[in-house]
Amino acid sequence: MDLQALYQEVILDHNRTPRNHHAMPCATCEARGVNPLCGDQLMVYVKLEAGVIQDVSFVGEGCAISQASASLMTEALQGKTEREAHALFEQFHALLTQDDAISDTVMLGKLSVFEGVRAFPARVKCATLAWHALDAALKKDANNNVVSTE
Amino acid sequence: MNNIPVGFDVEQIRRDFPVLDQAVHGHPLAYLDNAATTQKPQAVIDAIVHYYAHDNANVHRGVHALSMRATAQFEAVREKIRVFIHAPSVRECIFVRGATEAINLVANSFARVNLREGDEVLITYMEHHANIVPWQMACDAVGATLRVVPMNVHGDLSLQAFEEKLSKHTRLVAITHASNAIGVINPIKQMVQAAKAYDAVVLVDGAQAAAHLPIDVQDLGCDFYVFSAHKMYGPTGIGVLWGREALLEAMPPYQGGGDMIETVHISHSSYAPLPSKFEAGTPHIAGVIGFGAALDYLRALDSTAVKAHESALLTYATHAIEQLPGFRIIGHVDNKLPIISFVHERVHAHDIGTILDSLGLALRSGHHCAMPLMEFFGVPATTRLSLSFYNTQQEIDRCIEGLQHINRMFA
Repeated sequence: MDLQALYQEVILDHNRTPRNHHAMPCATCEARGVNPLCGDQLMVYVKLEAGVIQDVSFVGEGCAISQASASLMTEALQGKTEREAHALFEQFHALLTQDDAISDTVMLGKLSVFEGVRAFPARVKCATLAWHALDAALKKDANNNVVSTE
Repeated sequence: MNNIPVGFDVEQIRRDFPVLDQAVHGHPLAYLDNAATTQKPQAVIDAIVHYYAHDNANVHRGVHALSMRATAQFEAVREKIRVFIHAPSVRECIFVRGATEAINLVANSFARVNLREGDEVLITYMEHHANIVPWQMACDAVGATLRVVPMNVHGDLSLQAFEEKLSKHTRLVAITHASNAIGVINPIKQMVQAAKAYDAVVLVDGAQAAAHLPIDVQDLGCDFYVFSAHKMYGPTGIGVLWGREALLEAMPPYQGGGDMIETVHISHSSYAPLPSKFEAGTPHIAGVIGFGAALDYLRALDSTAVKAHESALLTYATHAIEQLPGFRIIGHVDNKLPIISFVHERVHAHDIGTILDSLGLALRSGHHCAMPLMEFFGVPATTRLSLSFYNTQQEIDRCIEGLQHINRMFA
């Protein structure tokens, strides 16, 4: 059990001081992510203009992994197109779940710090919670969209 | 510890539980998640193996030797259950999959049949989801209202708060004997008396209490009592609904099938008498036999010494956690099961659970199937240390060291 690989300094830092951690009144779409396993909930807000993510933020509480993942996600998505965001989620998911590291670490950038999560299958859902909410937000512009990790 | 009873040999007890003898992530396993499910003594495992190896047959059917042996063993456990809960009759002891199914049975066959619009079902904020959701569903179906009794800040349920929620509209009260999430033991007998002043039917969820408290359904005065074998050293997938005979007689069957009928015609069927009326289909025979072995195992223990050991561990662990900076115990009451739910001011329960697991310490982190209770205390989740008589002071010391390590990691 490599705890250090899971709780890397970058993750602990983003947990302590999450970035883009606020509601967004001018969001064009938003969705709630729920992890029924632990009860964690967070809300992801996206300001989408002509298919480009102009801004993204989140609110909610959770474990260090879900908070840091949400925080790093919001940093990684600024200025990305919808298509790029989906591709990034795919790469991120592969990083967390697939043993033979086929994920594109260049594309993932800072998100690569979550590689350690792979050794902790019970925590994969913590790391993907914000991404699932993002996915749901992008799919629908409706408010109060709720997505569950289960 | 000063008050560990002389003559209670925890090391000898631990040898009865083969699962405890293993390493997890390179550390000896410390199983501190007994409120989720308890481990099984060899005697229970042996009883199940013996049944399948020697006596396996369907019950209540054949006239052949194996079927009669299986039936005799199966029904002997029903009598053990009756004795265990001091029920007047084995007809009142129904085998179900667990406490959850027992509550659903009552919600379907009693609540949905007897409740009307304007009636009220009363529960508490500390209920397990199994004692909330079936009532929500039943209330929705008949137009009844679900009402909820709050706790005080310590996690205690005051009798006064409970009485304030009772009214002439209260038809059914469903309350837990003890909280699985924070360990609080409720004054069930007094609550039943208060509910009976309004002629309400009372169901008691004994899932968490059954392994720790003596149960006398006649003394408690309730109408239904439910519990699960797996939280009291027996197998998963088997539990008991006890109900007053007159109520059970008046209730329609929960499920139809074999074993619950008297005669079947295409135009109509007549139902078997209690308890078979509520036991459709081939039951979990091996589970029942294993449950019987668990009851035998518990009965053979010195219950006074067990209680003293568990409460000494509880006191020791409570004191140790209270001394740790950053940690706070949820549910600070005098009368509780050996369960400690705690939170850290900065570190989430999930992170605590993962870090303790890496040290071979098995604790539950999450909402413990009690989200309304978590909401009530304003926490998303807690870490729960729940003890059994096979736990040791050394295991608690290791847990405390783990928590200190967390403080250093998240400094």
